[in-house]
Amino acid sequence: MTKAVLDLAVGMEPGFLREVEEEAGTRVSLCYQCGKCAASCPVSFVMDLEPYQVIRLVQLGARDEVLRCRTIWLCASCTACTERCPREVDVAATMDALRALAGRYGYRPAEGPIAVFHELFLDNVRATGRLHELGLMARYKLRSGDLFSDLDVGLPMMRHGKLAPLPHRIRGIDQVRALFARVRAVEVARAGGATPGQEAPGDRAPSAADRKGGEVR
Amino acid sequence: MKYAYFPGCSLSGTAREYDRSTRTVARVLGLELEDIPDWSCCGATSAHATSKLLSLALPARSLARADQMGLDVVAPCAACFNRLRTTVHAVRSDRRVRQQVQEVLGEDYGARSQVYALPDVIVNRYGLEGITARLKKTLGGMKVACYYGCLLVRPSAVMEFDDPEDPQTLDRLVRALGGEPVVWPAKTECCGASLSITRTRVVWQLAAQILTAAQKAGAEAIVVACPFCQSNLDMRQVQAQKWSGRRWNIPVYYFTQLLGVALGLPPSELGLDSHFVDPLGVLRQKALV
Ligand code: SF4
Ligand code: SF4
Repeated sequence: MTKAVLDLAVGMEPGFLREVEEEAGTRVSLCYQCGKCAASCPVSFVMDLEPYQVIRLVQLGARDEVLRCRTIWLCASCTACTERCPREVDVAATMDALRALAGRYGYRPAEGPIAVFHELFLDNVRATGRLHELGLMARYKLRSGDLFSDLDVGLPMMRHGKLAPLPHRIRGIDQVRALFARVRAVEVARAGGATPGQEAPGDRAPSAADRKGGEVR
Repeated sequence: MKYAYFPGCSLSGTAREYDRSTRTVARVLGLELEDIPDWSCCGATSAHATSKLLSLALPARSLARADQMGLDVVAPCAACFNRLRTTVHAVRSDRRVRQQVQEVLGEDYGARSQVYALPDVIVNRYGLEGITARLKKTLGGMKVACYYGCLLVRPSAVMEFDDPEDPQTLDRLVRALGGEPVVWPAKTECCGASLSITRTRVVWQLAAQILTAAQKAGAEAIVVACPFCQSNLDMRQVQAQKWSGRRWNIPVYYFTQLLGVALGLPPSELGLDSHFVDPLGVLRQKALV
């Protein structure tokens, strides 16, 4: 994939750096652009911005550019960047924070299927308290419209009894649902500080464009 | 020795044989594992990818139960281990986080129980002496690539399990079982687990790199301690083969399965019948089954 050329004249929002540092709990401002994070990143070959470019744009306050990129969704959360950063910037936590902020500011995820997957995963946990892999897979396939890939592994898995047919609902499911609801309440309150008119994360059902945007490559 | 056991969701599905072999091996070693009652999902990548608070509150619900049991926790799944341990760390080190987690949890949670990875408990805490005293067979010099992946070892400041670039825990175990751990560069490379369903081809590429590195080092088998590592290297090995045009045919074992074999347990009790790449061929060659 061709890499984006970093445009340093992008719109500056100085408050954004502070917001990201607060959300991520790390000093993004310490980065001196050595590039070690990108060199360590196993998935940089599919990213549109290298990890250090994302970090630089955050330093510059380029909110829009950062929250619209694919990289924050493609990050596999392996924390190689965090482990190796000579300036002790927690790059992986920054990626987490940027995904959360993208939701808070109502950005359409640049990698639709990945965002949908996370949403379905959490819906699945909220329903029964534990993840039911087969149920998640089936729903994801229906939502993505990609019904037939992976059948070559799915069917043998069934034969081997590696996909439990039925979900298991825990006894304390009400507690789990209450927990989800309280987290949501806290985050909606926090999103009150976001740009007016923007939606809180998860308030909005993904649009048809979300579902189509970013076929599995 | 007794621990609160957090199986995690995968261990009743895709990683059934990891659960089976863990419980069997623990029984033989006299390591007591007591399930955390009514435990819930740790939230995995999807929780921390979208909400920091949710990613701490979900594990906290199960960890609060471990606190009540008065036991430290062992998590066989590397992803669960990572999320649970991160929660203990965050709650212990930040009063504000602790308060907020308690609020959304609706109960007191003091992060008293610590969380350990299964290989840490078996190899470093239970100890190799106890294991070698019980061995019935030796791996006969089997060349094994120990694959740790990312979640077990990183970030090392929080996981405190082993060296993040060149961990040795599984290598020491393999050596104690009479195998020969190979020196190879992909020990802690990421397999792309969180993209496995949504960006399958990325995982094929990462798996191909890891499998090739193991093959170049002369490995006859790969040993893992994570359901996602196992499925990406075993289940997706055939796909990665078709996609890349390379051939490997390397069996991928949970470390508890190889340990179980050396303890003289039959393959059926270790779930060795549910792998994609034939797990029995190498074991037969070494007269282990
Ligand atoms: S490794 Fe750290 S200092 Fe180097 S570019 Fe990445 S974030 Fe910046
Ligand atoms: S955590 Fe994300 S950005 Fe960092 S090295 Fe891993 S995949 Fe790349």
